[in-house]
Order: sequence, then structure tokens, then C-alpha cells
Amino acid sequence: MTNRAQTISKSAAAIDKARAEGRAALIGYLPAGYPSVEQTIAAGIALAENGADLIEIGIPYSDPVMDGQVIQAATTEALANGFAVRQVFDVVAGITSKTDAAVLVMTYWNPVVRMGVDEFSRRLSEAGGAGLITPDLIPDEAAEWMEASDKYGLDRVFLVAPSSTTERMQRTVDASRGFVYAVSIMGVTGARTSVSTAAKDVVAAAHAAGAERVCVGLGVSNAGQVREIAAYAEGVIVGTALVAAIRDGGVDAVAALTKDLSTGLSRDTGLTEEEA
Amino acid sequence: MADAPSANADNNAAEAFLQGGSLKHAPGPYFGSYGGRWMPESLIAALDELEETFDKAKEDPEFRAQIADLNKNYSGRPSLLTEAKRFSQHAGGVRIFLKREDLNHTGSHKINNVLGQALLAKRMGKTRVIAETGAGQHGVASATAAALMGLECVVYMGAEDCRRQALNVARMELLGATVIPVTSGSQTLKDAINDALRDWVANVDNTHYLLGTAAGAHPFPAMVRYFHEVIGEEARAQILEQEGRLPDAVCACIGGGSNAIGIFHGFLDDPSVKIYGFEAGGDGVETGRHAATITLGKPGVLHGARSYLMQDDDGQTIESHSISAGLDYPGVGPEHSYLADIGRVSYEPITDSEAMEAFRLLCRTEGIIPAIESAHALAGAIKVGQRLADEDAAAAAEKIVIVNLSGRGDKDVATAAEWFDLLDKDSAESEIGKEGEQL
Repeated sequence: MTNRAQTISKSAAAIDKARAEGRAALIGYLPAGYPSVEQTIAAGIALAENGADLIEIGIPYSDPVMDGQVIQAATTEALANGFAVRQVFDVVAGITSKTDAAVLVMTYWNPVVRMGVDEFSRRLSEAGGAGLITPDLIPDEAAEWMEASDKYGLDRVFLVAPSSTTERMQRTVDASRGFVYAVSIMGVTGARTSVSTAAKDVVAAAHAAGAERVCVGLGVSNAGQVREIAAYAEGVIVGTALVAAIRDGGVDAVAALTKDLSTGLSRDTGLTEEEA
Repeated sequence: MADAPSANADNNAAEAFLQGGSLKHAPGPYFGSYGGRWMPESLIAALDELEETFDKAKEDPEFRAQIADLNKNYSGRPSLLTEAKRFSQHAGGVRIFLKREDLNHTGSHKINNVLGQALLAKRMGKTRVIAETGAGQHGVASATAAALMGLECVVYMGAEDCRRQALNVARMELLGATVIPVTSGSQTLKDAINDALRDWVANVDNTHYLLGTAAGAHPFPAMVRYFHEVIGEEARAQILEQEGRLPDAVCACIGGGSNAIGIFHGFLDDPSVKIYGFEAGGDGVETGRHAATITLGKPGVLHGARSYLMQDDDGQTIESHSISAGLDYPGVGPEHSYLADIGRVSYEPITDSEAMEAFRLLCRTEGIIPAIESAHALAGAIKVGQRLADEDAAAAAEKIVIVNLSGRGDKDVATAAEWFDLLDKDSAESEIGKEGEQL
């Protein structure tokens, strides 16, 4: 992460703002087009208004190998309803025009390849997007994306895992911009009753490799887990629990869950300043 | 294919390439612009471990001796090279030789790869293997290797395929494997691969993913090819011994492309040998219901590699269709994409109807029931032979074409009986055949 890069990173700015408030950042995930594009935008705005600092919008994809059943079911439904990849830019623009949250897109790589990496990046930038989280793209294969993300000032959020070697950790941290996504567990997305102790080690390794902002995802679903992670990471990522919330209770349920999750962010009291 | 050579591309490009070196033993991770590792970071360490183990094993005389012993005394190698004289009369009069992978233990070429990978799994100290399967051939082969080597085996199979292939599910269970029906996505082979990958991410400490074809992330394409190279090496030596010369053409069917890359490899550096890969044309490539990935797909990334891919304008994978479950896959191994682009191998589609005609023809002229997959290669060889006869009938009679008969057709009897309307309408088999059952 170069100094120049940090000055243009929307994700880093959002995380740093949370840090200045003495807390970790909350990152919420929603799949685009589930149950509809309008609902995704409304839910994204609700996320931002109830305590999320960054929002991660997933592109539904036919072969989501890193996703568990809840997210698979949601994205499969979105695709069955006719979701088109270009609509992700409408979702991003719809949220960024109404909130200050940094909005990233989480996508498997082939839809980006198909549109063209430069074209995708240009449109994401125009929609006000902060960058991309890429679960099946490693820095080794990312030459085209490195170039496009530099050109359009987008964040490159690569993943690191409990299995990452020291060498790979260094390489991935060096290639990332905005933050590094620490996978908490060897597995796919989905709520788990406890957060693996491996998460803390992954974050420590990423910090040791020079990462200034490390956010933890996979398996995080409640305020208690958020509090646990907020003690050692710069941000906490919640996905499946929010998808289940919008599935079962719509935008209102997303707002309520976000509010609850955000109570875990403070490193001191477990409450945000507003609620304290 | 939009930006690749036509089906009849000559070998100029390959010959030009050969000026600079060999096409054999390409180590990966890249084959031209194809291949690589488009995979979650969580799995990279396992891929690194596999690559390192494989690289060491290749150079280890003990490992090579183990493979040679298993090939000879378990699989029954070398497989025969049989001249199909009566079948040849229907192929423009060229001389067709069949590489008899159907005679291997478990009935197809698949055994070559599973034995090799199971040995590697043991070397890595893994106690569990997982595999994907479509019709069940690779699942049965994996269960076989796991039983032989004392490994736990879990096979992912589309829920619909499980129902249609109840006997193959039973076969795997008899061999001690656990079969998990896949209900995600389109519930087909590609989704079985997705679920196997999800399992692998979660259990990589003790589990090896025994991928069934020469596709996926590095080192799988080069490694699976390595275990199947024996097909081409044997075929080349056998034709030289039997006929004193190289063949004029080599034909194989292509799904992911493992049997094909295995036999092609023996002849890649012989510029006089034309090489043909036959993809599943399903109902016809113009109908959209096919699995002709190289013919009509576009480069993309799926299951860990950049390669030709059946995808829509959004990059979503399109479901493939073929009467042959073993070819019913919307991707293809990256080395094939490269060999297509440089023109060394010509890839063409064969429809279900063409394949089934060739299937029947081989049954009736040679007394060999081929796998429907292999029937695509037979149908392609008929086309190649007829083209040669059209050019020069007298010369055609001197031409030699080797077809990789990748598997036997016992599993396909119900499908074939239904196709040819051989069953009593009220029979239980008729009901099964309608559902595409492969016995």
C-alpha cells in the first residue's frame, strides 16, 4: 500500500474514519438484485444509515465456489429473476448517491473478464464505487486488474487465508489497496456459532506483512462476534446474516440487524458513541 | 470459434512452433494465455503442495515404478491397439486402429489418472479423497483407487444424475465411497465440481481433490495429462511396431479433454500426424443445445483455469447438453484451448445422432460396444476418412487413423436401447432409458 494509493482509497478513508472514532469499521454484504435491484439499493442505504461504514455488493454468478447455501440461494434467485451484471452499477450509484458509505463490489472474476476489465473498472468508477473484492482472483493473475485499478483509482481487496504462507501473505498485502480481506476460517461463507481462532492469527500475519487495514469475514453473524473481532481487526464483514435478514424481513430487518451488529464495534465499551 | 483457426486449419502454425521447440511435456501453469490459477487464496497452499509433491514424484524412480506396476498388474496395460477392418469400410476405406482404453480395469482411461493422484494423496499424507462425477465413470474410478489404497472417498454428483445413474451410485457405494447428491445451481457436473471445491476449502488439511479431467487450476491440467500420457506413448510405439510407420491422423473425443490430451501428447511433435478433437455437438451447434466449448465458446475463467468456456454475454456459465454425460461440461482443459489457437489440433463438433450412428456401427462391424463418449471420436474418424477418400480414394486406402476408444459402453446400454427403440414400450428398462439412465 503506497502513500499515493492511500490518499485516493475510499475504503481506507471509511475505515480510518471509524478508527478515529475509536472503533472498528462495519462492512455489510448484499447480493445485487436480491430480491430486486430496488430492494438492494434500499437495503444498502439502510445499512449505511444504521452503522455500516462500507458496503459490499455481490454480483450473482452461476458458479459461486466460495459461497455457502444462503448466499447461493439468494444469488441463484437473482439470476433466475433476470439480473444482468451491468445492473450492479445501478445499485452502486443508487447507494453512493444517497450515503457516504464506501461501496465495493464483490465479484467472481469471469463476469469482469467478459465485460472487459478496463470497461468494468471505468463503469464502476463512474458509478462512485470504491473498488473490488475478488474471491477467486489472486495477485498472481491480476496484472490487468492492477493496471485498471490504478487507472481508475479503485481499491483492490484481495483475500488472505489461514493457509496463506508468509510469502503469499506478503505478496497479497503488497498488491492490495484499501484493506486486506482476512478469511476467518478454511471454508465458504455462512453463519457460524463461533469465529475461528485462526482469524486472529491471520490478522496478525497480515499486520506483520505491513497491512494497515485488515477486515475479517466469513462466519460473522452477531454483535458478540463483531465485538470479538473488533478487538484486533480494523473492520468486520457480515454477509450471510444480512442476506438471511433481507430474505426473511426485508429492508427493515437489514436495518435492525445492522444497528445491532454495530453495537459490537467499539473497542472499549462494546457500544458505539451514539448508543453509549 | 470466433478468433481461432478453422476446423481444417493446416499444421503450418504448429510447424512454425516446432522450429522453436517441442509441444510435449508443457509444464504449465500457462499454455499460451490459458491455464493459470483462478482460485481462492485458501486453496493456493494446497495447490502448491500438490505441485511440489507431483514434481518430486515425477523424478522419483520409486514412484514411476509404482505407477508402472499398477498400470501393468492392476489396470491391465498396455491396452491393445486393434485394427477395425470392417468398421474402416464405412470411413472412406482408410485403415482405422482403435486404442483400447475400454479394456482397462473399470472400463475406461479414467483409471490412469486416479491411480496416479491417489498415490500422490498418500505421499502428501492425505487420508481422504473427494471427486466430482457426471455419469459416474470418474466417481467409480476414484472409489476404486481409494479402495485399493485405503483412502476415504467422497463423490459429489448432481442430484438428477444420482437418480438416473442409480446403479453407478450403488457401484461407488459397493466400493466403499460416499456419494453426495448435489442440489445447488443447475445440479449438473459443473455444480458437482463447485461443491467438491467447497468441500476442499473446508477440509484441505486431510483431503486431496481428485479432479477427473485435464482442467482446473495448475498443476491439474499438466498433472492429469502426465498420468494419461501412457495412452499416446503406447499407441505410438504400437503403430510403429505393427505398421512400421506413424499414423496419418489421431482422433479423440473431448469433454474436459483428459483422454484426448493423453493420446495427443504422443504425437504432438510429429508434424505429419494430423490431430483431431471431437466435441459434443448435442442436438447440433445451431440449436444452442450442445457442449462444443472450443467450437463456439469464448475464453473465460472457470474452475481455476482460463480456457474456452460456454458463457453468456454476462460471463455466466451456460449449461451444456450432450447425450454423453462424460462430455457434458461447459469448459475444456486449457492445453486444448492453446492447441486449438496455434492450429496444432483441429476441434470439431459431433452431434448426438452422428455419435449414435458410429456407436451402432462399431457394435455391428467389430463386436465392440463403445462408450457414447468414444463414439464421438469414432464418428469424427468416419468424417476424416471420408474427406481423405474424397481427396484421393486410392491414397485413402493407405492412410492410417488411430481412434482413442476411451471407454466401453456397458454403462450406455439403456440410453442406446432407448435411442434405437429396442425396448418393449412397457418394460422397466424403457422407463429408465427415457430418463437417460446409463446402466
